[in-house]
Amino acid sequence: MNLEWDEFFVTGEPLIYAADVSIVLTTIAIIFVLTYFKKWKWLWREWLTTVDHKKIGIMYIFAALLMLFRAGVDALLMRAQLTVPNSKILEGQHYNEIFTTHGTIMIIFMAMPFLIGLINFVVPLQIGARDVAYPFLNAVSFWTFFMGAMLFNISFIIGGSPSAGWTSYVPLAGDELSPDPGQNFYLIGLQIAGIGTLLTGINFLVTILKMRAPGMTWMRMPMFTWSTLITMILIIFAFPVLTVALALMTFDRLFGSHFFTLADGGLPMLWANLFWIWGHPEVYIVILPAFGIFSEIISTFARKTLFGYKAMVWSIVAIAGLSFVVWVHHFFTMGANAAVNSFFSITTMMIAIPTGVKIFNWLFTLYKGRIKMTTAMLWSLAFIPNFTIGGVTGVMLAMAAADYQYHNTYFLVAHFHYVLISGTVFACFAGLFFWYPKMFGYKLNERLGKWGFWFFMIGFNVTFFPMYFLGLAGMPRRIYTYEWADGWFNLNVVASIGGVGMAIGFVLLVYNIYWSFRHAERENEGDPWDGRTLEWSTPTPVPFYNFAITPTVKGLDAYIIMKKDREQQEKTYKPIHMPSYSGLPIIMSAAFFISGFGLVFKWWWIAIIGLIGVLVTLVLRSFDYDEGYYVQVEEIERIENAYK
Amino acid sequence: MEYVQSEANKHDAPDTPLEYQSETGRLNILGFWIFLGAEIALFATLFATYLVLIGRYADGPVPWELFEVKGVLIETFLLLTSSFTCGLAIHEMRRHSLKGLVAWLGITLVLGVAFLSFEIYEFIHYIHEGASLTTSAYWSGFYVLVGTHGAHVTMGIAWIVLIIIQLFQRGLTKQTTRKVFVASLYWHFLDVVWIFIFTAVYLYGMVIHHG
Ligand code: HEM
Ligand SMILES: [Cu+2]
Repeated sequence: MNLEWDEFFVTGEPLIYAADVSIVLTTIAIIFVLTYFKKWKWLWREWLTTVDHKKIGIMYIFAALLMLFRAGVDALLMRAQLTVPNSKILEGQHYNEIFTTHGTIMIIFMAMPFLIGLINFVVPLQIGARDVAYPFLNAVSFWTFFMGAMLFNISFIIGGSPSAGWTSYVPLAGDELSPDPGQNFYLIGLQIAGIGTLLTGINFLVTILKMRAPGMTWMRMPMFTWSTLITMILIIFAFPVLTVALALMTFDRLFGSHFFTLADGGLPMLWANLFWIWGHPEVYIVILPAFGIFSEIISTFARKTLFGYKAMVWSIVAIAGLSFVVWVHHFFTMGANAAVNSFFSITTMMIAIPTGVKIFNWLFTLYKGRIKMTTAMLWSLAFIPNFTIGGVTGVMLAMAAADYQYHNTYFLVAHFHYVLISGTVFACFAGLFFWYPKMFGYKLNERLGKWGFWFFMIGFNVTFFPMYFLGLAGMPRRIYTYEWADGWFNLNVVASIGGVGMAIGFVLLVYNIYWSFRHAERENEGDPWDGRTLEWSTPTPVPFYNFAITPTVKGLDAYIIMKKDREQQEKTYKPIHMPSYSGLPIIMSAAFFISGFGLVFKWWWIAIIGLIGVLVTLVLRSFDYDEGYYVQVEEIERIENAYK
Repeated sequence: MEYVQSEANKHDAPDTPLEYQSETGRLNILGFWIFLGAEIALFATLFATYLVLIGRYADGPVPWELFEVKGVLIETFLLLTSSFTCGLAIHEMRRHSLKGLVAWLGITLVLGVAFLSFEIYEFIHYIHEGASLTTSAYWSGFYVLVGTHGAHVTMGIAWIVLIIIQLFQRGLTKQTTRKVFVASLYWHFLDVVWIFIFTAVYLYGMVIHHG
């Protein structure tokens, strides 16, 4: 309320001016292009108001790629700063802001949305459904995620970014040590996005429970669908904990309560516990769908049914269950007693067992397969050894006694990047290459794809492998500079070179998307890889109602069976019910954004206006009886015949 | 809705309640049950927080000095009764009596508002006695736990009001009955949460902890 305007915009750093300029220029460019090509209406009608799960999925992936870019630039800045000792590219405060936004964006606004995007696009198709259970809510999920992400991102130029790390430990993140609005951006941005994640959890759980095609029993569900199902259950139980944790810290900071303060009875450790009770399952929320993706791709390109399907299913369930009882391994050194540490040490190590089961099953699927080396397959194969390195070092960290030695060093940084990148990020890229033809009707260029793969994968190892040794040599996490005498220079140079390699890999991916859009060969059969599951049975681009006739499932790998049987199904169409598009989700989320923005700066009247906006849209929704419309048989015939 | 494959048509039997007769109805009700699962996780976290913060009174008042049996008992009575009248409303709905439904919903609302008034009065009283959100960790936990429940009740009241308007507009249809049914689940859920609050906060605060 009493913040001056000259403090509103962050100033004083060339980097920030550059960001200002680039944001203004991009905005002008977008407005210009849309106006020049008269695309505003199209954008609103086809995309901003859509409730089609396929379009929502594509929007998720697009947004996630943007966030990968943003957080990737943060990563490069950090590497630039750490390359030589006593470097002055960033000062300490700015470095803190950058590793905080990097970590937060990568996990909350990149990894999870990327996977949710793939899930959105693929899962309804994989189970033979025409949409998700709640199409309207699905749009709300996307837009709240998007608005939350934007709110978090503008902190860089308005008001200042959070700087207490993505874990936001108190007292550092509290009002006294972080008085500026940065931490509020974290709390409220995540809160808004979290609403969307919870809704996604409920939506897809019900979709998978209730909307599978006839014949698709539990043990005939594709692996990706299975991993999604379990992930959604994790979301439903974990995200409310985050909601509460964020709300409590928001109360502490905005309204002077004492949950986590040092004074008046507050309990800083309560934050650490709440955060990681959500945070550890969160790690599995971004890894289980990745496992599902690799399973699909490996069995498709090994041209074999997944080995040990049932064991694969049960191991996911086991991992999910265990993920709720290991959270203390994130603070072994913060004063828990030996019994507590031992318990959490052992449960943590137990996760290695089901994970190992999965690794062996993937290997056995490959054994004697007729392997096709596509780009998607390369990413999936590279995942296995890299992820194993990450996993083994994870078990090293899980030994509570040893953890006293290397916790909060670069050993940890190396570990979690090994699992997150070779697990989640590789899976996102693999999935993108794999399902791209289904999304757009043409493949991404394989040659460019492979170049991108090698740059990124080698760059990744060059970046992060040395960090294990930096950690063992004592380099602490989250430091912004060091001395020549520390002796960490050589390995840091290597790591930074690797970072450039990854950046080139990413640029190649983006260029590939552009190149393929212009030049790739179009196809509309819809089954470019000789696919095994139902999503490949539709033509591409997939008609908005997905399946003209609902498929019947006769076993695991439903589409393989259909292709073998070749029995001609009688084609009598029936009218198809579809939900209507709606502008309410984006408007409601914009109102959330406004309200959140007001709260960040404690400008109560803006917060209240936003909140009223949210309530008004809720009331409008309550009175909205639009139950969709029917696509008539003639229309279906016209669309289906166009593919011939 | 037809974009869902219905397993046989067992749901069209004449004795199926209206709200279960459409696929959307069934899906929404199931989704709401799952949402309540998430709400349980939410309240469980708040309860855990509250319990951890017991004893952390700083220099502020202690609960057994402020809690009064009478007010809390009245609140409990009001809310439990409202859950009962809400059940009667559903009963009337199943008998296809719009009038009965609206009447019992109206009574539920009155009881809900009365509950809220008592709660607000109670809060104001405590604040006067020097126990506010900012007094100590314990009171922060208290206000956020009990306040979250109160905020839910407020939402529930607003929601039921909206539904009553729609009942007047449209009568008993597959959609309106579904909405009533879902709102009633929510209302009962709030009642259950209150029983836990009554036990963990008030009973514990007044009797067990003090004694
Ligand atoms: C593109 C290559 C990447 C590079 C070069 C990179 C580099 C770094 C560096 C240097 C740090 C700071 C360590 C410190 O000062 O303590 C860091 C932290 C972190 N990174 Fe990355 N990173 C990359 C990609 C990713 C990805 C893909 C994810 C997640 C999916 C991720 C998640 C994190 C997290 C959670 C932190 C911890 C932030 C904190 O301490 O609060 N990073 N990264
Ligand atoms: Cu963990």
